[in-house]
Amino acid sequence: MCTLAHVFEAAGLSTVAVVPIRNVAERMHPPRVLAVEFPLGLPLGKPGDAEFQHRVLEAAFTLLEEPAGPVLADFPEAIRTEDSEPLQCSVPPRYDPNLHPAVDEAQGLRAAYDRAVARNGRTTVGSHVAVDDIAAAIGKFARIADGEPWDGVGLGESMGRVGQDIRTYYEELACELADGPGGPWAAERWFYEQTETGKVLLEARRRMREAGAPHLAWFLLSPASRE
Amino acid sequence: MPDNDQAMRNFVGTLPVPEFAETAFTTPPPLRDARVAIVTSAALYREGTPPFGVPDVHFETIPNDARDLKLGHVSPNFDRAGFAADLNVVYPVDRLAELAASGVVGSVADHHYAFAGNQPDTVSEVRLDTGPACAKKLRDDGVEVVLLTPV
Repeated sequence: MCTLAHVFEAAGLSTVAVVPIRNVAERMHPPRVLAVEFPLGLPLGKPGDAEFQHRVLEAAFTLLEEPAGPVLADFPEAIRTEDSEPLQCSVPPRYDPNLHPAVDEAQGLRAAYDRAVARNGRTTVGSHVAVDDIAAAIGKFARIADGEPWDGVGLGESMGRVGQDIRTYYEELACELADGPGGPWAAERWFYEQTETGKVLLEARRRMREAGAPHLAWFLLSPASRE
Repeated sequence: MPDNDQAMRNFVGTLPVPEFAETAFTTPPPLRDARVAIVTSAALYREGTPPFGVPDVHFETIPNDARDLKLGHVSPNFDRAGFAADLNVVYPVDRLAELAASGVVGSVADHHYAFAGNQPDTVSEVRLDTGPACAKKLRDDGVEVVLLTPV
C-alpha cells in the first residue's frame, strides 16, 4: 500500500492510506497515512458497523487537508483481539457414524453455508476447491492427520489453497449461524478450537511441516501463531 | 488465544521495505469536489475470474457496482471472517456511495482496483509497471483521490 501511495502520488493522484502496521509507514514515508490499531484484515475496524467505518473514513479524508507531507496520524480508537467475545456457534451432532467426524460435521453444516451465500450474494469458497467437494477434501486432510503421507492423498499442488477454502467455508457459515462474525478473530478461534475440521487442519499442518512438505502446502493451513 | 496481530506486527517490523528518496505530494481538490476511488491490496477478484496466484503482480479492475467479490489475499495471518460478513470492512464501497450521496465527496469512480499485498520483495513491478498502469486508469476515469486499504 505504501509503495502504491508513492507511485500514485507521483502520477498526480492524491492518496490516503489506512495502515494497520505503523512501523511500515514510519519507514516508508508515504504522503498521507492513517495508522489504525485494529486487528489485521479489518482496516475499517468493525464489520457491519457503518457508523464506525464512517469515523475511520472521516479521519482518513481529513488528512487530505494537510498542506504538505508526509503526514502520519493515529486513529484514536483501538480494537484489540483480547476484547473479543467467543463466537456462540454450535456444531451439528454426529449424523453418519461411518464418516470421519470432520467430514460428517462439514456435511452437516452445508445448509448454513448455503444460507450464508444466499444472504451475502457472494462467497470466497471455490478458489481451489468447489463447495461440493469441500467434504471430500477434508477427508483427504484427515488421512494426512491420521498419518498417511501428505503427497499420497490426492490433494494436488494447491493443497494449501484448498485448506484456505475449507477455513473460509467454515468462517462464512459461522457468520450465518452466529448472525455476524463476532469480535475480531472469533470465527477463526471457533474454527480451529471448536470444530473437528479445524483440529484436522492443525494436525495435518503439523505433520506436513515435519515431513518437509512445500512451504505453501502447510503454511496456509492456519495462522502462524497456532504453531 | 495467541496474539497473531502482534506477532505479525513484530515480524513485519523486521522486514526490509522499499526506499523512496522523497515523498511525492499532490495537493487534492476539496473533498466535496473530488472523484474518489478505492485501491486495495486484499487481492479482491470477481466470481468467474481466476484467483490470484503466489506471488501475483497483476491488478484487478472492479466495477463500482460489483459486489460478487472474493478475498484473494493468501495470507492466513489476518482476520478473514470480517470480509465474509461485510466487504466494507476491507473495501468500503458502500460507505463511499453514502459519502457521495451526502455531498461529502464529489463523486465515486466507475472502477476500483485490487492488488495482491504479498508482492515480491523488490516491488519493482508495482513501482515500474502495474502501479503506473493503474494510476493511468484512475486518471483516465477522472479520479483525484485514492483511498488505499490493505488487509
